[in-house]
Amino acid sequence: MDFGFCLSPSSHVKMDTIDLTTFNRLKETNPDVNTCIACGSCTATCTAGNFTEMSFRRILLMLQRGKEDEAKKLIQHCMLCGKCTLVCPRGINIRKILLDITR
Amino acid sequence: MKENILIIGGGAAGMEAATQLKKLGLTPIIIEKSEALGGHIAQWDRLFPAFHPAKDVVAPMLDGVKGIDVRLNTEVADIQRDADGFKAALSNGETINAKAVVLATGFDLFKAERKQEYGYGIYNNVITSLELEKFFRTGKDERINNPQKIGFVHCVGARDVKVGNTYCSKVCCTTALKQACEMKEVFPNAEVYTFYMDLRMFGPGYEDLYLKTQKDFDVKCIRGRVCEVSEDMDGRLVIKAEDTLFGKPLKMTLDLLVLMCSMEKNKSIDKIQQQLGIANNSDGFMQNRDMYLGLNGTAKDGVFVAGTCTAPKSLPDTIAEARSVAVEVFNYINNK
Repeated sequence: MDFGFCLSPSSHVKMDTIDLTTFNRLKETNPDVNTCIACGSCTATCTAGNFTEMSFRRILLMLQRGKEDEAKKLIQHCMLCGKCTLVCPRGINIRKILLDITR
Repeated sequence: MKENILIIGGGAAGMEAATQLKKLGLTPIIIEKSEALGGHIAQWDRLFPAFHPAKDVVAPMLDGVKGIDVRLNTEVADIQRDADGFKAALSNGETINAKAVVLATGFDLFKAERKQEYGYGIYNNVITSLELEKFFRTGKDERINNPQKIGFVHCVGARDVKVGNTYCSKVCCTTALKQACEMKEVFPNAEVYTFYMDLRMFGPGYEDLYLKTQKDFDVKCIRGRVCEVSEDMDGRLVIKAEDTLFGKPLKMTLDLLVLMCSMEKNKSIDKIQQQLGIANNSDGFMQNRDMYLGLNGTAKDGVFVAGTCTAPKSLPDTIAEARSVAVEVFNYINNK
């Protein structure tokens, strides 16, 4: 219930109202995005991830929870080395998906 | 003399054990408290991981027990040891002598209303996994009216100290994903979410089902346990959970919530179990001799166990145990 005022903004992800346009568009060309099992291999191997908050698994989740701006901010740390794609146990074409998100 | 083997329970374990015992030349007698053989599995529509019709598995099992002495609507009222083995008094007044007893008494489904925060029995649109299976079987459930947002809650009554069940119920994860896919088949435009803590895809083909659930059926698996359910003014369900992968609390409105109820020990057999001197294990199920080589044995001579009376099990596990108990009983009779 939103009465239009509160002391601090709600941290709840409001699944009823979030905008999933980007994720749904991404899903059409990359059905792989559904198959992530959040193992974290991509983040663990990520060179940028050692120095920044970069995490592909988190970026996918951000898009599914309506945090597109935050996701696009994180992607800027990616150096497109493709190590994440090599280690993904589900065979997700991560490098391509990252490029597609920013396109 | 006829070597009578008393089998208590006419579900998958009892039927399969009886079939095999008969083939080994013994005389099994099945005591079933309900009006039909088949147990829980006969109430199921399709089985994981490959959506196999349950009746295609139950029918051959029913064929197997043809010609075997089956007492329906009957319970064992009293059981005593005598010089020849066991003497069981049945609820119909009859007395049966047997050389050995096989407990194949199965499980009870967790009563979902005990997890009050999920609102089963309070809100109309909260149903159990068994009720959903009945809907798949009959196509009828007045609570299921073209739902567009459907949620599944895993581990209801399992891995939960507060209800006294610390164990994993083993089959609910795979069943949830199977039922989620089936809901997408019936309602292709619906959005289906499952709320899990871990997805325990332990068997052959189960992990493939998980991939299929994600890829082909677009079911959204959210890691986090639903903590509370309430109803809004339109009678829809508002649920709260934490997306623990995202690290944020999450709120969502649903048209239907399915609770994946765990297995609990079937307590209607407690008296007979006590008379036989069989203790419970720490999960409240029957204690078998040991968990590696003594799966079908118990602390008591001549008393055997098979199936879900000792722990939650899948159907293949149960059938394997039913077959092995037959060999155990056969060896016991022949080495006496």
